[in-house]
Amino acid sequence: MQSDWIWGLSGGLMIGTAAAIYLLVNGRIMGASGIVGGLIEGTARGVAGERLAFLAGLILVPGLLVVMNGGASTHITQNAGLVIVAGLLVGVGTRLANGCTSGHGVCGISRLSLRGIFATILYILAGAITIVALRQIVGVA
Amino acid sequence: MRILTAFVSGGVFGVGLWVSGMTDTRKVIGWLDFFGNWDPTLAFVIGGAIIPMFVAWRLAAWRQVPALGGIFPAAPEPRLDPALIIGSLMFGAGWGLAGLCPGPAIASISWGGLQGAVFLGSMVLGMAVAPRLRGGLESRLKAASSSS
Repeated sequence: MQSDWIWGLSGGLMIGTAAAIYLLVNGRIMGASGIVGGLIEGTARGVAGERLAFLAGLILVPGLLVVMNGGASTHITQNAGLVIVAGLLVGVGTRLANGCTSGHGVCGISRLSLRGIFATILYILAGAITIVALRQIVGVA
Repeated sequence: MRILTAFVSGGVFGVGLWVSGMTDTRKVIGWLDFFGNWDPTLAFVIGGAIIPMFVAWRLAAWRQVPALGGIFPAAPEPRLDPALIIGSLMFGAGWGLAGLCPGPAIASISWGGLQGAVFLGSMVLGMAVAPRLRGGLESRLKAASSSS
């Protein structure tokens, strides 16, 4: 659709605003994998409340808007094996790398962090190669 | 107060992920499909998200302390270690396979259906075992560098 970029830009501005609030008010990096990973590992217990509140907002607010909007779909593949492998790779990879799209991509690049910029280039490259491989070799997706 | 602002931040983040198309795996896979039918939307998402944060880092440097006290997170050492490289490659492969990264996977859990839940469950499991893998990776690298 022609108007997709307007939605992308407005959604992006909201994502950046959310990260700016979390940084300037709470003094923390808004990284989805860091927030979940920190809760799993039990690091910095003093911020567990903030992390849980962040996740509650992340689930409830868009969930409510989607219901009011008549539903939405992620169009995720129905191939459960593929979903499990993908989930494990994303979980392990983001924790090894200490960040994902929000932490490295949004918070890191905007800080001109070498690690953030490098990680973002690598995961976009790996994603692009994976899609080529899926299409050319396996013939799915 | 910290709890409330964290909730608001999470909510705005989640709505932004949905509005931008980051929770739609077709848009994400379309963006990663550089050699096929490339969809540039996500470039606007990432660009749009970086703008407020670029300003926020400047404000942080100027104000020195967060509004609710504490300290701003220190910049990490500009070091490109193997864990960063291997982890980012694994993450990108998984992102390309399913079209979901951690934020959107959590945000879309209420409308993502069974496969969305399977993805989130696998991701959390992966996050739980990652510290052990990191330990194994580091000891192996140390052994390799000391033997060479």
